Amino acid sequence: MNETIAQWIIGIGVAFDLLGCIGLVRLPDVYNRLQAATKCVTLGTCMILFGTFLHGAEAGRWQMGVSALLCAVFILLTSPVGAHAIARGAYRSGVRLWEGSVIDRFGEDLHGVHPPAERAEPADDGDPAAEPLESKS
Amino acid sequence: MTPFVSFLMIVMAGLLVAAFMCLYRISRGPTAPDRAIAIDILGTLVVGFCCVMAMWTGQAFYMSIGIAWALLSFIGAIALAKYLEGRQYDE
Repeated sequence: MNETIAQWIIGIGVAFDLLGCIGLVRLPDVYNRLQAATKCVTLGTCMILFGTFLHGAEAGRWQMGVSALLCAVFILLTSPVGAHAIARGAYRSGVRLWEGSVIDRFGEDLHGVHPPAERAEPADDGDPAAEPLESKS
Repeated sequence: MTPFVSFLMIVMAGLLVAAFMCLYRISRGPTAPDRAIAIDILGTLVVGFCCVMAMWTGQAFYMSIGIAWALLSFIGAIALAKYLEGRQYDE
């Protein structure tokens, strides 16, 4: 019974991994790819690790199960932090947003333009990612 | 071949397809952050491979490899992000 639950959980985790990697291939932008891939692959791998824990608990291999649980907690803590750091580094290094993007809150924070009505006339024709570095240096 | 081993082979095949999608993005990615993201995702997928190998062989030390791999992947992602952030725009 526990074994069946473990196999179902592992199967769903692999499906999440596959969908996240399809998003990594198909989406148009760095930020969209990061959004799709990081969340899906984190959840999928954590489900595989939890299935490993269930399998190890069923088979009596407690060292394997507890190690898998520790690894799941570690991935849940670190993977969003790494993704956030990479997204921030990508924006700071001047990677543009996709043309279809409708909002850019981080750029508004960096420019100091808070109401969207103020930003409407001049700022949209320029490169939205080139300006923060100029204003910083 | 027991049903559990064939199930593990199917899981391994799915993870391999996902890993090859990551390799496609690493080789084809237009910008450096694309490659950084794909390397991070590939490091997370390798932890899944370690799980499958641990269940396949019944050896617990594969999970230790997984924990170490997750730690190194996190440190690598942070280092790549720092490198991307500190770089000037026209370099």
